[in-house]
Amino acid sequence: MGSIIRLDEYQRESIKKSWSKFAGNRLSVIGLTSVILVIIIAIVSPWLAPYKQSWQPFVDFANASKPPTWDYLFGTDIFGRDILSRIMYALRWDLLIVIGCLSIDVIPGTILGLIAGYFKGSWLDTVIMRVADIVLAIPGIVLALAIATLLPPTLFNSMMAIASIWWPWYSRLSYGLTCSIRNEYFVQAAELMGENPFRIMFQEILPNFFSPILTKVSLDVGWVILWTSTLSFVGLGIQEPLPSLGNMVASGSRYMPDYWWMAIFPALAIAFTIMSFNLVGDGIRDMLAVEEL
Amino acid sequence: MSEPLIEINDLYLNYEIYEGTLQVLNGVQLKISKGEKIGLIGESGSGKTTTVRAITRIQANNAEITKGSIFYKGKDILNMSEKEMQTIRRKNISMIFQDPTAALNPVFTVKDQLFDVIKYSSAEKLTKQETMERAMKALKDVALPDPERILENYPIMLSGGMRQRICIAFALVSATELLIADEPGTSLDVTIEDQILRLLGQLVKDRGTSVILISHALGAVKGLVDKVYVMYAGNIIEGATTEELFSEPLHPYTVGLFKTVPKITGGGIPEAIKGRIPDYLNPPKGCRFAPRCEHVMPICSTEMPEFTNTGKGHEVMCYLFK
Amino acid sequence: MIRINMKMRGFVLRRLFSSIFVLLGLSILIFTISRLVPGDVARLALGPEAPQWVVDAYREKLHLNEPLPVQYYIWLTNALHGDFGESITSRRAVIDDFVQYFPATLELVIFSTIITISLSIIIGAYTGRRANSLADNAFRVLSYFGIAVPAFVWAIIGLFLFGFVWNVFPISGQLDTGVIRPPLVTGIMLVDAAIAGNWLAFANHLHHIILPSAVMSIARIAQDSKILRSGMVENLKKDYILAATSYGIPDQTITMKYLLKPSLIPMVSIMGMEVAQSIGGSFIIETVFNWPGFGKYGMKAMLMKDVNPIVASVMLIGASCAFVNILVDIIVAYLDPRIRVMEKAT
Repeated sequence: MGSIIRLDEYQRESIKKSWSKFAGNRLSVIGLTSVILVIIIAIVSPWLAPYKQSWQPFVDFANASKPPTWDYLFGTDIFGRDILSRIMYALRWDLLIVIGCLSIDVIPGTILGLIAGYFKGSWLDTVIMRVADIVLAIPGIVLALAIATLLPPTLFNSMMAIASIWWPWYSRLSYGLTCSIRNEYFVQAAELMGENPFRIMFQEILPNFFSPILTKVSLDVGWVILWTSTLSFVGLGIQEPLPSLGNMVASGSRYMPDYWWMAIFPALAIAFTIMSFNLVGDGIRDMLAVEEL
Repeated sequence: MSEPLIEINDLYLNYEIYEGTLQVLNGVQLKISKGEKIGLIGESGSGKTTTVRAITRIQANNAEITKGSIFYKGKDILNMSEKEMQTIRRKNISMIFQDPTAALNPVFTVKDQLFDVIKYSSAEKLTKQETMERAMKALKDVALPDPERILENYPIMLSGGMRQRICIAFALVSATELLIADEPGTSLDVTIEDQILRLLGQLVKDRGTSVILISHALGAVKGLVDKVYVMYAGNIIEGATTEELFSEPLHPYTVGLFKTVPKITGGGIPEAIKGRIPDYLNPPKGCRFAPRCEHVMPICSTEMPEFTNTGKGHEVMCYLFK
Repeated sequence: MIRINMKMRGFVLRRLFSSIFVLLGLSILIFTISRLVPGDVARLALGPEAPQWVVDAYREKLHLNEPLPVQYYIWLTNALHGDFGESITSRRAVIDDFVQYFPATLELVIFSTIITISLSIIIGAYTGRRANSLADNAFRVLSYFGIAVPAFVWAIIGLFLFGFVWNVFPISGQLDTGVIRPPLVTGIMLVDAAIAGNWLAFANHLHHIILPSAVMSIARIAQDSKILRSGMVENLKKDYILAATSYGIPDQTITMKYLLKPSLIPMVSIMGMEVAQSIGGSFIIETVFNWPGFGKYGMKAMLMKDVNPIVASVMLIGASCAFVNILVDIIVAYLDPRIRVMEKAT
């Protein structure tokens, strides 16, 4: 079977057509630009942030609680740390958690659903999908909170908490896809020829998942960021003095309304990041949907 | 010759899609008189549905009529107010759709939908009793057994044939002058299709309603209509009485069409017409059948031919008969 | 009609059965996680100051020295009798805490749901009918904001704007100090106040509930109205709408009746998941607004690592969600007769 890299003429045309659809949608392009901006900021922050001490144990009471000025674009918090720099650095962690979560979840979740769907009706199917049902039985945020609080509060643990909740969505998605594709003629033909079931699953069925899964991943990024910031808002995940967008909002909210910038700017950063990813996600969804027609 | 009921003159219609503009209708000419029954045949994609939907102004949002006119008893359909159009829809013209399952709202009972159709089609306000009587009559007219049970049901609980009869009943309630039947039997079993067409024929005979029957099945059309028009790629290319057309088709396309129908008397495997319908994004200039025509002449590809009357009420749009 | 009810019964029973199974699995899951927490649960609960013998005695009490399956069995049998153990922070049986706090959360969720449904239908129907108009595009942009911004951010902004900048709404609690609480009947204060005829408390409480439930509704309205809108845009192209137009049925009737009902179905199906999300969101919102509900209680328990309430919260929320989902399934089956027919076939 051909490798993923080598694309034939038809596939190249489809990619070009999809891209032009994406690029034609103004909102998606805006989203993509913002996302790239956010990612660049996150990557270069340790070098480019104006006040690199802001995320280390550091106090500067002389400059504490200053409103936004030209020196401190987003103001300072009660310890004198520059909020802009902290936000830039916090973006790193939040994005890292997102990448970590999705890396852990997407592939195993999808494969589980694929197996369950292919061997539909067997004990494998029942076990996998029932476990998925159980995890999805309560609102994910509650379960994630429960798990995250029962573990020591670290970045890794909050990432694992979210990761353990998120995989069933992928399993369900791939389960549905597998069930519908399984009855298609080309799969039955492969089976008749006596192909190994694993080959069938991974080489005949799985490649069809690319569009839906990619769509879902791109839409999920925003959600994972939302959950991560919620978890850090209540004190889980990254601990002081390291900044995370959520814990900045939490500590800043104590000084509302007088020192509004301490909470509002991180909150806006969260909103901006999530929105950008959502716009890109929507754009990808629209782009791939047309292709499927 | 009485004033025509519907007169479509030189109608040009485009669809705006992502890739560009589909120039579908290319100057359609059609006339139907009171009490007349005409058939409209042609292959899928030739523009039959588009044409008739324009008559009741229910075409899609991305459709644009660039030229031409449609007259109903002398009134200009394309330019009249929505209110006037609505009155016509309620009382005079109605349509039966191809797929009866899609044409009935799945989440409302037959009763709900029929009552509404009756309510809006009647001139006076009706009492519940009266509406019920009319509903029962409408269902009985289309030979549906046990109308009470049918009224209480949702469309999904009924068979395809029953659904089509219900659609016919709806259409008859709201149309006294013209019934447009868009391939009424296509999505049904052949035997059911036959029943439906017979039913239609009977009803139309009893009421004197005009009919436009669209079909891509030639045999279905033959028993029912007085005149047949053949449509190809957005043009009416030939029109004649049923007998005349079936015995002596003139246009090369029509000839080819008849050749594709397998004959029970034998004669080998029928040959298909070579080629495909043109790409509407980039339609050929001149006669749109020219690229596929055996008898093509240089002038065919440059200019559209006019309608020529070859006598016996037979019109054809082809340079061969100029 | 009786025919339909019988089908419904089978339908509901099947859903109930699978829910019970799922809840059982959930209990095993959360119980195991809670007991496998690194560190001594009893020590964590009692703090580093408590003498060792107290910790040991507490361990005995919580059966922490027994093997895990035994612990689970004990917990399960107790739970089925309504005994979820004691909370360390409140020094009370968890079930009593639940009874006290849950109605306040219920009130918030119900109020928010009412706001959500009304506004979503209005916005969704309006934008669905006038797709791609200026209003539609404006709402689309707004809905991006609604979904993208986390609830706690809206809560902070809401507090800031409406609590501080424009002093319109109170920022915490259920009643202003000094207003007499109505006697406890249902626990839902609006209802209790109405029953007691205490209109001052009713009005005051209403004043307090608006901001938190509005915050809770924002993301939901953004999502629901979008779904309703796309449902309407989809169905607008369907043949049965064209047919209705061709019979001469007026536009208004078509939109409000024939287009709305089938389009509501996807929105209602999502309602179940959404109410569940709201119950989850209550954890954050109640904490920010100091609303004495189950969410705030659960959140506090989690931060205090108070194991019994944590497990109980998860279970009770799971049960509520299962209940809501069954309810929504029934409503959807009522709205869409096709599902009833298909259920019979499976």
